[in-house]
Amino acid sequence: MSEYIVEVDHLKKYFPVKTGMFSSVSLKAVDDVSFKIKKGETLGLVGESGCGKTTVGRTLLHLYEPTDGTVLFDGKEITKKNLLEIRKDMQMVFQDPYSSLNPRMTVEDIIGEPLDVHHLCKSRKERRERIRQLMTLVGLNAEHATRYAHEFSGGQRQRIGIARALAVDPRFIVCDESVSALDVSIQAQILNMFKDLQEKLGLSYLFIAHDILVVTYMSDRVAVMYLGKLIELAETNEINDHPTHPYTRSLFSAVPIPDPKTARESQRIVLEGDVPSPLNMPSGCAFRTRCPYATEQCAAEMPPLVDRGSGHFVACWNK
Amino acid sequence: MAENKMTSQVKGSAPEQNERPSFEAKELLRKRVLSLQPDLSVFEPASEKDKAQQEVMRPSSTFLKDGIKNFRKNKLAMSMFFILMALIILIFLTPYINPYGYDEVIRINGRRDKSLANLGPLQWSKMEQKEIDQGVKLYPHLFGTDSVGRDYYVRCMVGTKISLGVGFFASLIVLVIGLIYGSVAGYLGGKVDLIMMRIVDIIYALPDTLIIILLSVVLREVLKDKIQGTIFATVGTNMLSLFIVFGLLYWVGMARLVRGQILTLREMDFVMAAESIGANKRRIIRRHVLPNCISVIIISTALQIPSAIFTESFLSFLGLGVAVPTPSLGSLANDARESIQSYPHKLVFPSILICLLVLSLNIIGDGLRDAFDPKLRK
Repeated sequence: MSEYIVEVDHLKKYFPVKTGMFSSVSLKAVDDVSFKIKKGETLGLVGESGCGKTTVGRTLLHLYEPTDGTVLFDGKEITKKNLLEIRKDMQMVFQDPYSSLNPRMTVEDIIGEPLDVHHLCKSRKERRERIRQLMTLVGLNAEHATRYAHEFSGGQRQRIGIARALAVDPRFIVCDESVSALDVSIQAQILNMFKDLQEKLGLSYLFIAHDILVVTYMSDRVAVMYLGKLIELAETNEINDHPTHPYTRSLFSAVPIPDPKTARESQRIVLEGDVPSPLNMPSGCAFRTRCPYATEQCAAEMPPLVDRGSGHFVACWNK
Repeated sequence: MAENKMTSQVKGSAPEQNERPSFEAKELLRKRVLSLQPDLSVFEPASEKDKAQQEVMRPSSTFLKDGIKNFRKNKLAMSMFFILMALIILIFLTPYINPYGYDEVIRINGRRDKSLANLGPLQWSKMEQKEIDQGVKLYPHLFGTDSVGRDYYVRCMVGTKISLGVGFFASLIVLVIGLIYGSVAGYLGGKVDLIMMRIVDIIYALPDTLIIILLSVVLREVLKDKIQGTIFATVGTNMLSLFIVFGLLYWVGMARLVRGQILTLREMDFVMAAESIGANKRRIIRRHVLPNCISVIIISTALQIPSAIFTESFLSFLGLGVAVPTPSLGSLANDARESIQSYPHKLVFPSILICLLVLSLNIIGDGLRDAFDPKLRK
């Protein structure tokens, strides 16, 4: 038994993009990403839109076939052979609570599907009982089991999605922007529920979001992604107090401060320019085109993700 | 007091968690003068019976059951369904009740009666009248007779049967080919999809009427000997060429529709969710993809039937339809056209039947779509 529930090792996912009738280039959605998630831990993953957060989550679950690299679940490598078995331990909660539930199925069937796929319930009665139990667990009224998903509100639908993920008793859940489609008040409810469930069931999460406050609230450790690469990874408090990578610093400076006095005094780091196209990546460090501290070395070589002490990893040439 | 009684049930929580200590109205806040605060003394704690009321569960039902239940609620579609059913029953009962054959020139005691042709509805010819006067019982000509003295009602019913059969069979061909072609193109995607859809575009551009006419000319020569003695002989080579044309040309609309549906559904998150659960391809197609495009398939198949009936009627009208003496609604209307001034009823009957068929099938199709689409549900 290993200390880590998930170990991602040099994971790569390239998508072919057609440029002409016969030619195509590869889009490096995830480029050489490695991280580990401890048992019972929540790892937050932040980054702007299109930086490959979702692709990391999906490739990790082998919903996309990885181009290269391996994923170890509880010390075992995930292969096609043991995929179905491991699917029982790894689940996913999706971003959009509207499109992630089949409109033709009742809540009972949606939550019951994983039970059917893995033949977890011997009788109909047992299945029904388990579904009621799951619905109560996520704070839904178990009497609504025969309703269709469109009869529920966004927050309730997300709860259905969570109940579906929990049906197989997983040990690890990927939350792919699971709260970004919800109202702020509902977000808080769902986030707290995630925390409660973690305590109750001993879950580990990979928590993907683009809202840095949500991520710092949820996570034990935070990883920052930029253009398919991890650029910083540290304990939540550490990254909050000492963001090191210039990109992380600008990201944290963009977080609104609820006190106008402090807000006026604080300096916001505004980045110049746009994110380069992932089809046409700059040489060396992906961030150098927008980095105020870029040097020649940055253009020449990609900085490796190195430990700067006490598990604070940064990929930057600047010390 | 009884009307004011309310349950103080907290929404969304299970009843067993809801056991609060009973309280007295006196302990509650007193109502101030002019305040809009509700008078709390009229509230009563919910009794066990009240709580049990909240527990009423809708019985679990399947997708099909739900659809049928909803369809039954649709009065217009249901009445049209009954009209269609009545028509079908009538078609099948006619040969048992009515003594005349659809291709039988009616004779009285073995002799042809010239006055029997072109009778109006429920009229008798002179010779028939004589027979009736002598006490012989004869079956009335409900719709009259045609120009050679055949019972028009029987011909209309057989014509309806042929038209309906052609409609159903042609739609079935379109459904099967379109569904398979479209789902293969949609599911495989990429280059396969590109090539398959270009073929569809080419077929879409071909003039269908021209092809039917050309094919029926060619097939008449090719198939004439081969179909002798089989059931195909009764429908004739023209109808066979119509079916072949439907199989060759008309499925493209259905194929495009199915492909589009599958392309959209494949990208939906719930398909990926099913994958992440570990569901296999078969389960995903059966439980997630097909049920979500079935309403579109049902409606377009249901609408394909009347359009096939129209095409058949139109071809029969041009003289390219079923082989004589087999009637179809289109050929009956075409025959009646010549004598529209003298015998307008001969055009009215087949026209009404065409209208009834097409209208009822269209409305049933619409009703089915509404019934099987939970998103449209009230």
